Amino acid sequence: MSSNDRVSVVVTGLGATTPLGGDVASTWSAMLAGTSGVRRITDDWVSSLPVQIAATAAEDPVAVVGRVQARRMDRCEQFALVAAREAWADAGSPAVDPWRLGVAVTSGIGGIGSTLSAYDTLRDKGWERISPYTVPMLMPNGAAGWISIELGARAGAHALVSACASGAETIGYGIDMIRAGRADVVVAGGAEAAIMALNIGAFAVMRAMSTRNDDPERASRPFDKGRDGFVLGEGAGVVVLESLDHALARGAKIYAVAAGAGYSADAFHISHGSPDGAGVRYAMTSAISSAGISPSQVVHVNAHATSTPEGDPLEARAIADALGSASSGCVVTSTKSMTGHLLGGAGAVETVASILALRDRVAPPTINLDDIDDEVTIDVATKARPLPDGASNGDGPRRPLAVLNNAFGFGGHNVTLAFTEFISEEA
Amino acid sequence: MTDQEILAGLAEIIDEIAGVPADEVTPEKNFVEDLDIDSLSMVEIAVAAQDKFGVEIPDEQLKDLKTVQDVVTFVSKNS
Repeated sequence: MSSNDRVSVVVTGLGATTPLGGDVASTWSAMLAGTSGVRRITDDWVSSLPVQIAATAAEDPVAVVGRVQARRMDRCEQFALVAAREAWADAGSPAVDPWRLGVAVTSGIGGIGSTLSAYDTLRDKGWERISPYTVPMLMPNGAAGWISIELGARAGAHALVSACASGAETIGYGIDMIRAGRADVVVAGGAEAAIMALNIGAFAVMRAMSTRNDDPERASRPFDKGRDGFVLGEGAGVVVLESLDHALARGAKIYAVAAGAGYSADAFHISHGSPDGAGVRYAMTSAISSAGISPSQVVHVNAHATSTPEGDPLEARAIADALGSASSGCVVTSTKSMTGHLLGGAGAVETVASILALRDRVAPPTINLDDIDDEVTIDVATKARPLPDGASNGDGPRRPLAVLNNAFGFGGHNVTLAFTEFISEEA
Repeated sequence: MTDQEILAGLAEIIDEIAGVPADEVTPEKNFVEDLDIDSLSMVEIAVAAQDKFGVEIPDEQLKDLKTVQDVVTFVSKNS
């Protein structure tokens, strides 16, 4: 139990399928090497669009899920299932009472690809030719349902939706399920598969996307002066959350403590962040206080920074404000420089990256940061950078290091998750 | 079309939609109990069978088609 007598929640499994790799290990090594997952799209459907680049998944999920099951699932559900299987196996497939096993896995948009192709079928061939699986394919809670079926998880399957904050928010909900005593183990994360003409057109018409079509690998450049918008990515991230008691009882490998979460709403504009950054600052400060840590313990922030002109400096200022004088000891990065923006999957993949940064004591780089924006005063890693050693606490026990993961979404949603290193009491 | 040809065509459809290998699709098999095909996939199979064999399978008939032989017989009589 933590000092405030609340159920401690730990992370015991990781899973991911991303533009950088089909699993956690390949994704993480590509991140540390500073690899871009952004590619030129050559399909016909991009020819009339101003954006012709995206970070497509490194591995086709159909091959992993299997052809027959895959035809009943949207691509985002397939990604989620692939990542969930990896996370579950990584956690050692824990034996847990089905009524104490929960799922919290979401997507920002849901099965948009299935929706669009079903509409084409409806228009061209009539209603009888629509797949009878269309509804379960388009619903944003579909992935949660499929994963609960696969694992026999009966404590509840949930999918919170808050645009690009969805993955992080849903992991936060998973933490709460365990803290509230509803579950001992929760499989939590987010996925997205939205690289298609309608989405690109809809984001492009907002002038939110990079049009650096001639130089895809250089297009996603958070905090850089030359940034011109985000690059769409796809894939999924999933973690296994577990009560500390349950994890210790079965001798599980513990990656980190899922120490806290902070939330806020900008209540300002449906797609623009509030320029004062108060909402972001509030989410970060709340996560720090919910985790029972001090800003000086925060050695790394995986920023939301999507490479938009407006959003990145706003977040940079909010990070500086939230950490105060401790911000000088904190290494910030945006892994979206490599993965692109996975929308509802972003907060989940970046949670996986944050936890690995804590484990390996290394911040992955923000690539393409050649000329940092004058308004960005925080310390952003341009190469993989070792993280500082543990914060000293005089002669007392060493205080755990902490990392934060920010995720924000259209609608004004701000979410910050806090993870701390697990220091066993026997140590 | 002979019953054998209908069976082969049906097996092809079932393999595509439900992943049941063609050699398991034999006349006596019950779709739900033996082949583990749910009602949603059954709808898809029926639509594909209509296209392939040029027959109408009304919903009230579909619910009575429990086995592979039932479909073969229905197609044979109505095509």
